[in-house]
Amino acid sequence: MFADYMINAWIATSLVAVAAGMVGFFVVVRGAAFAAHALPLGAFPGLAAAWLLGIAPWSLILAFAGLGAFGLARSGEKAPHHTATALWLVSMLALGNLLLSRMHAYSNAVFAVLFGEVLGVSNTQVLAVAAIVAVTVIAMALLYRPLLLSTLSPDLAAAAALPERRIATLFLLIVALVTSAALPLVGASIVFSLMVGPASAARLMTDRPGWALGLSVLLALSTVWSALALAYEADWPIGAFVGVMGAVWYGVGRIVRWQSGRLRRG
Amino acid sequence: MDQDALRVDGLFLSRSGRTVLSGVSFALAPGSFCGLIGVNGSGKTTLIRALLGLLPADAGGIEGAARGHRALGYVPQKIDADPYMPLRARDVVALGFDGHRYGLPLPSRRRRDRVAAMLAAVGADAFADRRLGDLSGGQQQRIFIAHALVREPQLLLLDEPLANLDMPSIAGIVSVLKRIARESGVTVLISSHDVNPLVGALDRVIYLAGGGAVSGRPDEVLRSGVLSRLYGHHIDVLRVHGRLVIVPAGETHPIAPDEPHVERLE
Ligand SMILES: Nc1ncnc2c1ncn2[C@@H]1O[C@H](COP(=O)(O)OP(=O)(O)OP(=O)(O)O)[C@@H](O)[C@H]1O
Ligand SMILES: [Mg+2]
Repeated sequence: MFADYMINAWIATSLVAVAAGMVGFFVVVRGAAFAAHALPLGAFPGLAAAWLLGIAPWSLILAFAGLGAFGLARSGEKAPHHTATALWLVSMLALGNLLLSRMHAYSNAVFAVLFGEVLGVSNTQVLAVAAIVAVTVIAMALLYRPLLLSTLSPDLAAAAALPERRIATLFLLIVALVTSAALPLVGASIVFSLMVGPASAARLMTDRPGWALGLSVLLALSTVWSALALAYEADWPIGAFVGVMGAVWYGVGRIVRWQSGRLRRG
Repeated sequence: MDQDALRVDGLFLSRSGRTVLSGVSFALAPGSFCGLIGVNGSGKTTLIRALLGLLPADAGGIEGAARGHRALGYVPQKIDADPYMPLRARDVVALGFDGHRYGLPLPSRRRRDRVAAMLAAVGADAFADRRLGDLSGGQQQRIFIAHALVREPQLLLLDEPLANLDMPSIAGIVSVLKRIARESGVTVLISSHDVNPLVGALDRVIYLAGGGAVSGRPDEVLRSGVLSRLYGHHIDVLRVHGRLVIVPAGETHPIAPDEPHVERLE
């Protein structure tokens, strides 16, 4: 399980889990889950185009995710603007589909990236992931309080002279960045689950924002670690297990909250 | 040194092409407790947001000692935060203290003491460690008042803080605000569509109607003659069993001006 060729997989997925757990916390409390679902899937044509052109997928995934982030920021990431998000997502999936239909020979490779290809991560890939995660962690630390305040109330943030719109855009760009790091490892369909599952459980388990953020990171790490072990032992696709764990964590969170409510009421 | 906490001179403001405020003028003395009264849609929220600098005025001036976001505390009309957001009442007040700062919050005794003092000042000690989403409307209102006051503003702007509260909660919050205005010299401007819950406590009334405003002591402003001139047609100001009722003449209303227990304020 810890053979030489697995080391890079452990490092890369752990890094991605840290970033996804942090960013996911704000995705969940800001009610931006749909945007976080649309960004990775909307980057799918970037992936397909990269394969078609025979270039490394990162740059094009990042380009499409970044484009999506700007578009969503303009229309707003939250519930009243779901229509725009959905329309954009569907057109991106259609475009990806069209590109896919041009290249039968590569469909195996595309399958691998849709559902994750974690074994055989190169040293360069690890470095790229490490750089992206470092940027993400620094950005989240800088934006921690302004993001909390503008999540609580955009009006209160604006009244405190925070550039509320710019912060929202920056946040979606960070989501896009984490997406592009995680997507080739766990797959387009699973990035969402890794971002939202641990975070939505963590926010139910504690009342403190800092603790919930830390817990979200721990749950995301435990998710990818168990997924990787299973991928190695039982040859499961890593994405499948991450997806299941996301739902399991949410269930655990609900039970913890229900139990602590009962304890408080006595 | 400015004599007034705030002076508004001939303020004009339109939204989406419709004129909302056309020539509003008034002044607030330091430490005074002022009511901004007007029916739904009369422009109370618009005026408050203009004072905060969140809406640009078309013409007119806003001056006085309490200018700039540091001198202003704000309690918005509507805060619909996610009820599952992991945020204790205490954390909300702490965000008022330094939520506009970038970077991680380092432990600080000064912040902890300020937050504790504000929670005590608004009578929120009993629920300071509970999740915001688990509190009642009146309890949340106290927390947001503490959030607005924790940076020691000179002027506190509260937008309809009494809507949806029962009589004991209203009395509790009005007395908290009165005490804060008296003890720390903060000027308080509180908007309401109903003058009754406030009228006994107010030093000054600013009455908004038809884009204009009249201001003065409650007994100067709340009179048929004064409000009729503001509205541009006849208005009855009636006192019924001690409650003030403001009715356009000719409108069908359950209270007739000539019943024996009704007093007309000319
Ligand atoms: N975002 C907006 N775009 C265009 N017009 C607006 C907007 N917000 C408010 N208005 C208009 O401005 C006028 C004043 O609205 P405002 O919200 O200031 O009233 P208000 O006195 O606060 O009312 P309420 O008691 O219902 O809160 C209304 O006629 C309203 O239709
Ligand atoms: Mg209003």
